[in-house]
Amino acid sequence: MLDFLTRLLKRHCGGSKDLAKERLRLVLVHDRANISPELLQLLKDDLVRTISRYMEIDEKGLEVTLDTSDNAVALVASIPVRRVKRAVKMASV
Amino acid sequence: MGEIIVITSGKGGVGKTTAAANIGAGLALRGYKAALVDADIGLRNLDVVLGLENRIVYDLVDVAHGHCRLKQALIKDKRFEGLHLLPAAQTKDKTAVKPEQMREICLQLSEEFDYVIIDCPAGIEQGFRNAVAGAEKAIVITTPEVSAVRDADRVIGLLEAAELREPKLVINRLRPKMVRQGNMMNIEDIIDILAVDLLGVIPEDEKIIVTTNKGDPVIQDERSLSGEAFRNITRRILGEPVPLMDLERNGNFFLRLRRMVGLG
Repeated sequence: MLDFLTRLLKRHCGGSKDLAKERLRLVLVHDRANISPELLQLLKDDLVRTISRYMEIDEKGLEVTLDTSDNAVALVASIPVRRVKRAVKMASV
Repeated sequence: MGEIIVITSGKGGVGKTTAAANIGAGLALRGYKAALVDADIGLRNLDVVLGLENRIVYDLVDVAHGHCRLKQALIKDKRFEGLHLLPAAQTKDKTAVKPEQMREICLQLSEEFDYVIIDCPAGIEQGFRNAVAGAEKAIVITTPEVSAVRDADRVIGLLEAAELREPKLVINRLRPKMVRQGNMMNIEDIIDILAVDLLGVIPEDEKIIVTTNKGDPVIQDERSLSGEAFRNITRRILGEPVPLMDLERNGNFFLRLRRMVGLG
């Protein structure tokens, strides 16, 4: 019975097509924005370097994605901040 | 002046040639004069899909190079009053014709025909550029697979860059059973991703293989689902609002029962 129910649930949660759609969505964001995953990684590295001068961030929790809506592409970065450095000496950097 | 429509997809093997043959035949069956142009130089197939392979004398390259008149190269399909084919050359390659020559040939055809349907080769290189050069409208074909949809997206972008805006989408080889099981992207999923208007959906159908074996377009088959899908697509091209058909019309009793109890 439990087996039957899980099978039923699995069916309603969607099969492989959801995965296909999600993968397509992601790959098209890159195709359309013309930015390769390598380039995105370089951008991430640069972001980390720059922001680290001002605050301590959690690099592992860093998320950078390109978001598309209609024909526009937005760069969305989620950067968890651990600690903000004191602003006193920052001006000269 | 007739309308010049290119049928394209990016990816190969999704059904461009089959669609071109059936749409051309469909338009002729509705009483319109239609010219089919095979732009796939070096890999021609529209002739064999239509069963006209033994009647080729001159081809597209001969016309472009002035070796014959356009009229001489056109093959009249005796089964469908008003349908003509301009075959591609088989021994040349895509560089044998320039976009300007293609544009000129299409324009000339549109003076005599109500519809000029161009069967575009796979890919996005010179053959694609030739095929879209003379077109005013575009039909993009895809199948419900990630590779085909991705390529369709790329082609839609290139069509827009070539000023061919608002292409219409045809989804080919849809398997209703797999869609129901959640193992194939459905119509809404694909439209959602590609953000274009839908022209029609053709279910996977063994009849296509059988009719292509014989060189007869499936659109003549009154009983096949794919034939009906192509008839609907033809009517939509002609501007009739035709609702999407029930792709599971032939569903058996157990299927309907399963759906009734929510298992399908």
